[in-house]
Amino acid sequence: MIRLEHYLIVSAVLFSLGLLGVIVRRNLLIIYMCLELMLNAANLALVAFSRFTNHIDGQVMVFFIITVAAAEVSVGLALIVALYRKRQSAHVEDLTLMKL
Amino acid sequence: MAFANLAWVVLLLPLFAAAVITLFTMRNPRLSAQLSITAVVLSFVASLILFGIYRTSTPVLSAALPWLHVGDLNVDIALRVDALSLIMLLIVTGVGGLIHIYSWGYMAGDPGFARYFASLSLFTFSMLGIVLASNFVMMFIFWELVGVSSYLLIGFWYERSSAADAAKKAFITNRLGDFGFLLGIIMIWALAGTVQFDQLQANTQTLGAWATVAGLLIFCGAVGKSAQFPLHVWLPDAMEGPTPVSALIHAATMVAAGVYMLCRVAFIFSVQALDVIAWIGGFTALLAAVIAVQQNDIKRILAYSTLSQLGYMVLAVAVSPASAMFHLVTHAFFKALLFLGAGSVILALHHEQNIWRMGGLKRKMPITYWTFLIGTLAICGVPPFSGFFSKDEILAAAVHHSVGLFILTVLVAVLTAFYMFRLFFVAFAGSPRVEEAGHAHESPKVMTWPLILLAIPSVLAGVWGINHHLAAFFNEPDHATGLAETLLAPFGHSPLAASASLLAVVFGFSLAYTVYRRAAADPLPERLGFLSRAMRSKFYFDEIYAFLIRATHETLARIADFLDRVLIEGFVVRGISGMTDVFGRALRLLQTGNIQTYTFLFAAGVAIVLLMVLYR
Repeated sequence: MIRLEHYLIVSAVLFSLGLLGVIVRRNLLIIYMCLELMLNAANLALVAFSRFTNHIDGQVMVFFIITVAAAEVSVGLALIVALYRKRQSAHVEDLTLMKL
Repeated sequence: MAFANLAWVVLLLPLFAAAVITLFTMRNPRLSAQLSITAVVLSFVASLILFGIYRTSTPVLSAALPWLHVGDLNVDIALRVDALSLIMLLIVTGVGGLIHIYSWGYMAGDPGFARYFASLSLFTFSMLGIVLASNFVMMFIFWELVGVSSYLLIGFWYERSSAADAAKKAFITNRLGDFGFLLGIIMIWALAGTVQFDQLQANTQTLGAWATVAGLLIFCGAVGKSAQFPLHVWLPDAMEGPTPVSALIHAATMVAAGVYMLCRVAFIFSVQALDVIAWIGGFTALLAAVIAVQQNDIKRILAYSTLSQLGYMVLAVAVSPASAMFHLVTHAFFKALLFLGAGSVILALHHEQNIWRMGGLKRKMPITYWTFLIGTLAICGVPPFSGFFSKDEILAAAVHHSVGLFILTVLVAVLTAFYMFRLFFVAFAGSPRVEEAGHAHESPKVMTWPLILLAIPSVLAGVWGINHHLAAFFNEPDHATGLAETLLAPFGHSPLAASASLLAVVFGFSLAYTVYRRAAADPLPERLGFLSRAMRSKFYFDEIYAFLIRATHETLARIADFLDRVLIEGFVVRGISGMTDVFGRALRLLQTGNIQTYTFLFAAGVAIVLLMVLYR
């Protein structure tokens, strides 16, 4: 029998992995994928709560989130491509202009 | 009451003249001078009318101008008319008027002629304000105005640096005394709740135990204005002004203001305060007389004689105010006469002031010679000249007060006779000492007439009955009434004082006669040695003050510098900027620009918050 806790643990593991990826990876594309991972970990938790509490609202909300995330990803990827064209690099250590 | 408002006319005429000259007639020297002279003469006439009406009546106040009403403090600008202010009015406008007229001749051709008369009118106005003041605040305002106008006149030839310095010295020294004066006024207001003279006189007991302190603070003002020790140093330097200005400052105005003020408020002084006043006055009189013995500049000798006579008056304030005012009046006449006579000589000898380069003026300048002789006899106190009577009243009062003061005054009288006859024998008598003195000729009539007009009261003021009015005003015993009685009165009521003063004159005169009758050069420096040098250098007061001021100034400056550098600049200014800088540098280390660092910190922050929320 799979219970709510199992879903939530998977969601937490996915979220932590995503956060770890954001912090340690150097490539912007990978970081971006890790971000998506974190987003979807949250989605998973939402769907799980929805299922176990018999509220359909959560699942509807997840659809909206996925839709918005798709649009957001396209914008984000476009930015990364533009940045790569400009700087010939997508590594974060090359992008440290925001300091004194 | 209605006529008392005439006092406003007396007061405002000179101000009007000064304003008109400054605003409109600066380009026309003759018109300016005429305006100024007319104003002061009209003031004199108005004063005479006032004197005729009010000389024996009780004090009256003119219409008042409400000026300051704060809480319990009511200060009205009102003019007080009584015997004291009336006599002083006559002196200021009368002697002052003659000096105005004399200036017409003395200052002729000076490029600042109009400016000179404007300042002179302003000076007269300020002095009249002091005389007519009915409360301390009003007196203080005019007191300061006198300071300002004396600055303008002493520094009249401001292109000479010595004149500019002397003007500054006079003003600053006076301010020093005025500081005490102001404190005294505030103290009296705090204690008695009023600054009106008549209300104060009715409630002197409200001052209580603080009366001595308040009195001495008020006295500080007089020490400055009347040039008493230790603030006497400005007066001899004030000789840098034109000679008529010296006459005005020394006779009718300025220095007289201090003594007049003391007499005006004589009722507030406690016995202890009066003792201090008496001894300071006596010491100043002696000090100045000793210094005068070895001066060679004709104006400086007269300046020190003024100092000495002022010391007499201040001493007299303590023992008998009526005699102080009496001496002030007679002194105004003969000192103005002496100064104007000296000015006449100086002009005739083309601005030569050294008495050893004069001599033999009897034939060349007879009017100046004889009037100066009258002035000399009067200041020495030879009967029946005016100085004898006023000086005798002071001596007689001093006898009753203390033996020490009496001996002091007699000693000063001897010295006065000595240095005045020294001046007279060297500068006027004998034969010309240098060739230029032989070419001297008498001054124009506009200058000799004031001399003659001043010589008359110098002789007669002692028997005119001024002292009766003053004695009545101060509630002091009056000694004589008729003319013949007055002439002999001094010997009647105090034979000791009268004979002592007479002996003093005879002694001083014979000393001067033996030493200087035929002297080609001053024999005293050789005989006295160091003492003579000290006397000539005014006992080094200027040098001592310069040293003291430099020393204290230096210390204060060093302390202020330390506070500024270490406390204000070091701790406050540099401290704040330094702290901001250090914190900024530390915080800067966190700004790596690497997005992952920020993410890590952000995540760590969230984790900490979570921990705190969950495991609280």
